Amino acid sequence: MSERGSIIYLEGVVVDYDGFKALNNLNFIVNYNELRVVIGPNGAGKTTLLDVICGKTTPAAGRVIFGKDQELIGKREDEIVELGIGRKFQAPSIYANLTVWENLDLSLKRPSKGVFSTLLGASTAEERAKIDETMATIGLSDYAQRRAGSLSHGQKQWLEIGMVILQDPSLLLVDEPVAGMTDKETEQTGRLLQSLAEKHAIVVIEHDMEFVRQIARIVTVLHEGTVICEGTVDKVQSDERVREIYLGRQKVHG
Amino acid sequence: MADPHDVNPQPGRDLGLAFWLTGFVLLVLMPLLNVLPPEDSWLHLSDFSLNRFGKFLAFAILALGLDLIWGYTGVLSLGQGVFFGLGAYCMGMHLMLTIGKESVYGSDLPDFMVWNQVKELPLFWKPFYSFPVAVLGSMLVPTAFALVFGFLAFRSRIKGVYFAIITQALALVAWLVFNRNETNLGGTNGLTDFKQLLGFRLSEPGTQRALYVLTVLCLGGAFLLCRWITRSRAGRVLIAVRDSEPRVVFSGYTPANYKLLVFVVAAALAGLAGMLYVPQVGIITPAQIGVLPSLEMVIWVAVGGRGTLAGAVLGAVSVNLGRSVLTNYFPELWPFILGGLFVVVVLLFPDGLIGIMRQARERFGQLKAKATALPEEELG
Amino acid sequence: MRNVHVTRLSCSGVAAIVTRLSLGLLVLAGIVCLVAGQARAAGAPPSPVLTPLEQALTQIASDDDAVREAALRVVIEQGDSTILPRLEEIRANADRSVRLAIKPVMDLLRNRAKLEGPDPDARRSAATDLGTLGKPLAIPWLEQAAAKESYKWVRYTMLESAALLKLSGQDQAAKLGAVNSLGDLASQNAVPALKDIVAAGSGAEATEAQQSLADAANASIERIETWAVWSTAIETLFRGISLSSILLIMSVGLAIVFGLMGVINMAHGELMMVGAYATFMTQELFKAFLPATMFDYYFAVAMPMAFLVAAGCGLLLEVTVIRFLYGRPLETMLATWGISLVLMQAARVYFGDLTAVAAPAWLSGGLQVMVGVYLPNNRLFIILLSVICVITIYAILFRSGLGLRVRAVTQNRNMSACLGIPTRKVDAYTFAFGSGLAGVAGWALTLIGNVEPGLGQNYIVDSFMVVVTGGVGKLAGTIVASMGIGGLNKLLEPSLGAVYGKVCILVLVILFLQWRPSGLFAIKGRHADS
Repeated sequence: MSERGSIIYLEGVVVDYDGFKALNNLNFIVNYNELRVVIGPNGAGKTTLLDVICGKTTPAAGRVIFGKDQELIGKREDEIVELGIGRKFQAPSIYANLTVWENLDLSLKRPSKGVFSTLLGASTAEERAKIDETMATIGLSDYAQRRAGSLSHGQKQWLEIGMVILQDPSLLLVDEPVAGMTDKETEQTGRLLQSLAEKHAIVVIEHDMEFVRQIARIVTVLHEGTVICEGTVDKVQSDERVREIYLGRQKVHG
Repeated sequence: MADPHDVNPQPGRDLGLAFWLTGFVLLVLMPLLNVLPPEDSWLHLSDFSLNRFGKFLAFAILALGLDLIWGYTGVLSLGQGVFFGLGAYCMGMHLMLTIGKESVYGSDLPDFMVWNQVKELPLFWKPFYSFPVAVLGSMLVPTAFALVFGFLAFRSRIKGVYFAIITQALALVAWLVFNRNETNLGGTNGLTDFKQLLGFRLSEPGTQRALYVLTVLCLGGAFLLCRWITRSRAGRVLIAVRDSEPRVVFSGYTPANYKLLVFVVAAALAGLAGMLYVPQVGIITPAQIGVLPSLEMVIWVAVGGRGTLAGAVLGAVSVNLGRSVLTNYFPELWPFILGGLFVVVVLLFPDGLIGIMRQARERFGQLKAKATALPEEELG
Repeated sequence: MRNVHVTRLSCSGVAAIVTRLSLGLLVLAGIVCLVAGQARAAGAPPSPVLTPLEQALTQIASDDDAVREAALRVVIEQGDSTILPRLEEIRANADRSVRLAIKPVMDLLRNRAKLEGPDPDARRSAATDLGTLGKPLAIPWLEQAAAKESYKWVRYTMLESAALLKLSGQDQAAKLGAVNSLGDLASQNAVPALKDIVAAGSGAEATEAQQSLADAANASIERIETWAVWSTAIETLFRGISLSSILLIMSVGLAIVFGLMGVINMAHGELMMVGAYATFMTQELFKAFLPATMFDYYFAVAMPMAFLVAAGCGLLLEVTVIRFLYGRPLETMLATWGISLVLMQAARVYFGDLTAVAAPAWLSGGLQVMVGVYLPNNRLFIILLSVICVITIYAILFRSGLGLRVRAVTQNRNMSACLGIPTRKVDAYTFAFGSGLAGVAGWALTLIGNVEPGLGQNYIVDSFMVVVTGGVGKLAGTIVASMGIGGLNKLLEPSLGAVYGKVCILVLVILFLQWRPSGLFAIKGRHADS
């Protein structure tokens, strides 16, 4: 569904940790079905940005609007998940002691996730089909009965992405998906994200400029809690200020 | 193996050989060995031993509940003794009241009340004249308590170590309160000297045998219940909560509700255990419900192997059996051994006895594979 | 002396002889008695003129009540402590009623002597005793002594006793004066007597004088009771603070270990016990090997001993058990609980169930700050100690290089290792330090509590509650929480009793955690969920 208008809108957001401003009067807008990449040096506030959106951190000031007019500040994390925001964490956070299938099964969006329905209910054929489909998308169909903890690092990341997808979010937040992956895995992840971008809005935090180039259309650069530059990959890479703060980093990733 | 896609299998399906064998031994063999062989035969299982085993199995019921909350959900409760005590005291009060005129002072009031010059039976004792009330109370009182306590605790996301500490404080407070004379619960000496239950004399071996069988059946029921819970989707949520709670929230579940569910179930099981314990052991005192007993309960599960229901039962029986035997011969040594058990199990055998057995089986399986593989290789 | 003439025997038979013999013997006996009696009366040398006092002394033992009373009165008025030995003699030889009469007199004289003696404590206790003996003639003694007295509280007791004695006298004016001054003095001891006066004054046949006295007494009672409320509150507060201080020292050690390292040490209470036993051992060593004059120094020596022994145990614990369990707080809890069981049993087996540690002399006694508020020295010492501890810890942690390294390791272990900080050593020493603090708490505890194997258990649950409430990572939270919980404990004790006080506190903590699940001063910001 392509709609105009923003899916997430941050205005004047301030996050203060005992004097250290993780986010300093931040403005940030992403449109529906956009694939946005956010980059910036460590401590720039990228993860804090995601924390604010999903309700893990409450900003000291500012507004966070989801969709047309859903104010997110003050809502609990699970309420925000219900609204349709999914997040993939930096370190793979999957359920290591359950199988791949069980991991996905738990993540599937269901009418009720209450205690009694999970105690008594069984999965329908439709639900099972959906899970199988997602497993195929993330490339783990052969690993359905494997204990998730025994997967490779890259596979764990894909599993987690699959888990987030199954919740049917309209906004997907992905924090450093390719950290620690091989080149091949990185490329596969890129394709996965691009295919997902057709149906969901995605915000990706990344460091790997090669990867960023592969997937990004628009890039936002954060530094010390504010946006210092926003545009296509080329525009951003040739910006003076960006070069300054990334002094030396280009050589590693560029 | 059952279809792994199929969640919520029937409770009784796929129970392994171990289950049926254990059930047979406990339910059939042991009572028979108590009744049939003559008393001087080495096959004879004495009344005393059977009775002791009944006590161990009651503890095993409690251990199952604790495994559910700790082994599966990762919530460490150091206060299960409180729920055990609530259940035990409920049944204990009923048993006290049925002593009637046979008590030492010959009055309808329990002895300790006569001793403390209490003139009339306190109001809260009165319902316990009735046996059904005692049975229901044993399970419902701890459940209600756990519901309130757990709701307050989990809702405010008190986690991990903090929760453990709070439950420990709870155990301490309960012990202090039960020790007071003015609460009219027998004070330090507790409730004891029971004579009969539902008309059956408690001193009769037949009654004790029946209680033993009842305990075995309840244990079986509790085991099946826990098994059903852990194999449902809810059970997987529990494991997920243990392993990665933030992610569970993101998957759309409310961990607090799940924790509350198992906490309440564990409390009910502990109450049931208390209820079965009291008529078999014949006494309940605050010493069984404080900080130290609650900690011992955790060690049962740890020794047996947490997260594996069977481990809970195994641990409860083996540790208590060990304690029984050792305190007979080396009473002063037991705290050292218990303390040592804590350290050794945590450091070296985190998966407990079941873990050791599993490792042994794997090793054995590997050896077998090697042995059978080799000739094939030779054959080329 | 006239000789007895034996009558000549007549020849009339034996009967006659016997009769005459017996008669003679009887006469003999009678004469002997007479003579003895006369000798007695006349045998003593003519006595010199007796002083009234001496005379009175002799008359004490008389059977006549009136004589005896008069004699005793004289003795009191004119006697002093020098005649006490003689009184003691008389008492020893007299019968019961005389003994009963003499005793109060002896007490009076003794106290009077002490009233003028050199020891202020003796003077004070003498004044107290005189107040209760009910003899109005002690009043001038007390007032004289008070006029000369330089110690404030001894003078207070003297004036108080004088006023109490006046209350039971006859002089109305003096009574009124006494009632008022007892009110001024805020004397608790006077309340029963004052209440009697009020009762007398409210009767139907009360005279005007009695009524006005009763009014004054009422006013005084009010003043006394108002003051009593304040002074009890202050004393309770003080006791609460001293309890909190020990709790504070314990909790700071625990908070360092838990807050900075994420380790829950259930054996912390037993490390406190180790410190207390180390103090005991030091005392025994001093007794065995050093002269008695040095005995009081054992206490000072015991502190570093307690610290070092406990720290040593902690170090051992860390190296053998804890270091393998970092990052697994629940497991650490269980393992350290096992250690705690072992330590407790070891203490029980080796030392038995109860040992006594004698407080050094310079810590006994206390400060009377206000009427009804007595601050024992040992508790003052403990409070001072805890303040010093907190300041030292703050200085070490936040103002020294060592502290910087410790904080670095706890915040980012890998980075610190890269920078060359020996993380393992820092872990071990931090844990040892926290344990040493527990030992110091144990050392302090010997001043106010018994040394027994289970002493750690009394404090461990409270300490954990403090850590949970205070939040982890900031020293301020631990301090505030321990003040709060310790103070609350003492505040609730008189009204609810120790047990229900604890119940109340537990409920309050649970409710408090509803509002702030991470404690009072939790670290804000992104940190791993522990």
